[in-house]
Amino acid sequence: MHTELKTIKKAFAAAFPYTIPIFAGFWFLGMTYGIYMNVSGFSFWYPMFMSLTIFAGSIEFVTVHMLLGAFNPLQAFAMTLMINARHLFYGISMLDRFRGMGWKKFYLIFGMCDESFSINYTADIPEDVDRGWFMFSVTLLNHFYWFSGATLGGIFGSLIHFNTEGLEFVMTAMFVVIFLEQWLKEKDHRSGILGLILSSACLAAFGADNFIIPAMLAILAVLTVMRPKMEKGGEER
Amino acid sequence: MTLTQQIITIAMVVLGTAVTRFLPFLIFPAGRPTPKYIRYLGKVLPCAVFGLLVVYSLKDVSITAGSHGIPELISILLVIALHVWKRQMLLSIAGGTVCYMLLVQLVF
Repeated sequence: MHTELKTIKKAFAAAFPYTIPIFAGFWFLGMTYGIYMNVSGFSFWYPMFMSLTIFAGSIEFVTVHMLLGAFNPLQAFAMTLMINARHLFYGISMLDRFRGMGWKKFYLIFGMCDESFSINYTADIPEDVDRGWFMFSVTLLNHFYWFSGATLGGIFGSLIHFNTEGLEFVMTAMFVVIFLEQWLKEKDHRSGILGLILSSACLAAFGADNFIIPAMLAILAVLTVMRPKMEKGGEER
Repeated sequence: MTLTQQIITIAMVVLGTAVTRFLPFLIFPAGRPTPKYIRYLGKVLPCAVFGLLVVYSLKDVSITAGSHGIPELISILLVIALHVWKRQMLLSIAGGTVCYMLLVQLVF
């Protein structure tokens, strides 16, 4: 038991630095979300409970609209599937890495938001650090940042006044760095370029609210067609 | 909406989110070998997905209006330069974010 505790501590210490940018981003976005719910007339119990159980940023903002509109549970379900469909790609990428994680696997999948996935997929976990506890710590910390930010925003609502304009860029900066890290690590850049080009093209064609599903389908289609070439390239390395 | 209706709505969102996260693991359980095509996707998808996430985080930037995406472009170039130079994740992210905040608050 004592050594298990040491293992957890070590993994937590290794995971924490990776989550610092997410702390900044999630507190900012989480508070924005809490304040938004507050000024929309909901008590802090709502952002608190929703950040804990849904734990997926953009859909939580959309849910506020839903709660203010007419009761339509099926539409709420369908809308959620559409906005969060990108998680399917994360799951496919994590099938092998979450193998053998025991009971932790359930929480790792439950808490697999954009940021948890990005860190858990790309982080260089040292050999002597337990992979399961590392990924668990990343997910738990992210969950806590989002939950505490949303709750504080919901409690203090419109009392908060400081010039944070532009702080939301921390998330863009993090995704750029993660893309770059992957780029520097891999020799084959075709998939990364495809992701950027196809997503931008779909954004231009379908607009900010509707581009994710077409972009996913386009990425899937092109990667499927290119499979013989990509796998051949992979073997030559 | 009544409280019950609100709870049902939130429950549907929780369920929908969980479905998108758990589905791949339910279709391809650890006990059985994963089809080769899915394993291939698992290898090549992440790079494309990170590209998608970069675009996703910039989706509300307008090139035709406002500051024309110039603060975003400058800050992203700084993030790339810092990262290629020092390869320190936190430095690159903090540098780019501070640069962006200064640009949107003071310049644009």
